[in-house]
Order: sequence, then C-alpha cells, then structure tokens
Amino acid sequence: MNARGRIPGIRNQHQVLFYALSTCIWCKRTREFLEANNIAFDFVYVDLLSGTEREAVVEQVRRWNPSVSFPTLVIDGCRAIIGYRPEEIQEALGL
Amino acid sequence: MSEIPREKVEALYQRLYEEAEASGYHLNPDKEFTLGLVESLLINEARYGYWACPCRLATGEKQKDLDIICPCDYRDADLLEWGACYCGLYVSEEVLRGERPLQSIPERRPPEGQRPQEQPARAPAVSVTELPLPVWRCRVCGYLCAREQPPAVCPICKAKRDRFERFL
Repeated sequence: MNARGRIPGIRNQHQVLFYALSTCIWCKRTREFLEANNIAFDFVYVDLLSGTEREAVVEQVRRWNPSVSFPTLVIDGCRAIIGYRPEEIQEALGL
Repeated sequence: MSEIPREKVEALYQRLYEEAEASGYHLNPDKEFTLGLVESLLINEARYGYWACPCRLATGEKQKDLDIICPCDYRDADLLEWGACYCGLYVSEEVLRGERPLQSIPERRPPEGQRPQEQPARAPAVSVTELPLPVWRCRVCGYLCAREQPPAVCPICKAKRDRFERFL
C-alpha cells in the first residue's frame, strides 16, 4: 500500500485531503465511500510514514483535529470531517 | 494489502470471540468488519510487537502506547456510552442485537501528557496499611485482586500485567 497518493474521480471540484491509517476499518469505509461516489482526493496513510515526514503530517492533522484521530477529511482547506461520516461528506461536497 | 495468512486471522478471530463471550464482552457481529480489525491487530503485532489499536496512531514505543494496546483503556467506557469501542471491534449487547446502530465514535483518549501511563503512580486514596496484601486494578476492565503482584494476564479481559495499577 502506498503511503501517499491521489485517486482521480469525476467529482473533482473540491480539494479533498484524506488523512488515514492503513489498519483502520473506519478509514477503509471512508475511502470506499469516496471512491464509490467518484470523488477525486489525495490520501496520506500516516501510520506508513516515519520520522520528520510523519511529524509534519501529524502537525497538519492537529491543526484541524486536536486529538489527531483518523480518518480526518479536510475539504477545500476550510472544513474537517472527523470519523466515518457519510452524510456529512455528502453535505459538504454537495452530493 | 497484507501478508497475514487468512487462517491466522480466522484463528485469532475465533480466540477473541471465545474470550469475549466467556467474560461478558461481544465482538462486532459484522464479520467482514471484525476480520479486518483482527488482521490489523496482527499487522500491528508484526510492526510493533504488540496489538496497538488499529484505529489510532501508535508511536511504536510500548510505554507510550500502553493505553491503546487492545483491549484499550477506553473500551469499557466507550461500550457504555456509544455501544462500541473506538475501532468497532467490541460492541455492546444493544448493538449486537441490532437495537442500536454501530457508528464511528469520538476519540476518548486524552492528549499526550494526560494519558494513564504518563501519570505518576499515586499513593492509594485510602490508607489501608493493615491489609495483608496490596490490591491491584486492571485499567482495562476494573478487575481487582489482592496478591503480591498483579497476574500475568487479567482473567477477565486478558490485558497483560503491565496494564495493572496499584489500587490499595
């Protein structure tokens, strides 16, 4: 599994950043939801990073979610959705 | 994504299922979901040497991750409040019976610096110096026992000795 990447999708009008853990099933469900809805997003599996790269990403997540929990979805750099929340994602992305 | 053989995952699932049912806990009845988490426990065992919670970011330093080794210190409080542990591996009877939905729940773990293993060992709240033996408490399930040292494994929730604290 890649630690970082971009998933292309037809729905690409929003910038969607998906911070996740590769072992977390709620993260897996969230990713499946995004893919099933054809949403373009960038992903980072924080547990697969190490050293200063991981520290930097953890700090990014902390800005949106002080408890640094996963999944954390950052939409258009202005809103975070924490946990597996399909309805909130739908609402935020206008699905 | 993983190299964990399916039989190993199934075997651990079976063991956890039996242990849970024997002591009043329940695994998530959504087997695909639960097998995914069991596989993740084995991935984390290979990565870190212990069952770090699959849904939390482990440091890889056991002492720092002690409160999130499965079953975590927060499981029982989350089962009571939300009907499931943070990962959704363990569920309450209501969720098991389908009377309450399983959902992704908020993080209960306190921020760094406020976690159970980071607190200085406190003197017992009441002075019971006349007790013939110290009393140890399992931080995961609350099991108490009076003996020289805590047991190697909690007989109720199977947490290891390092999850016990001096209670009296």
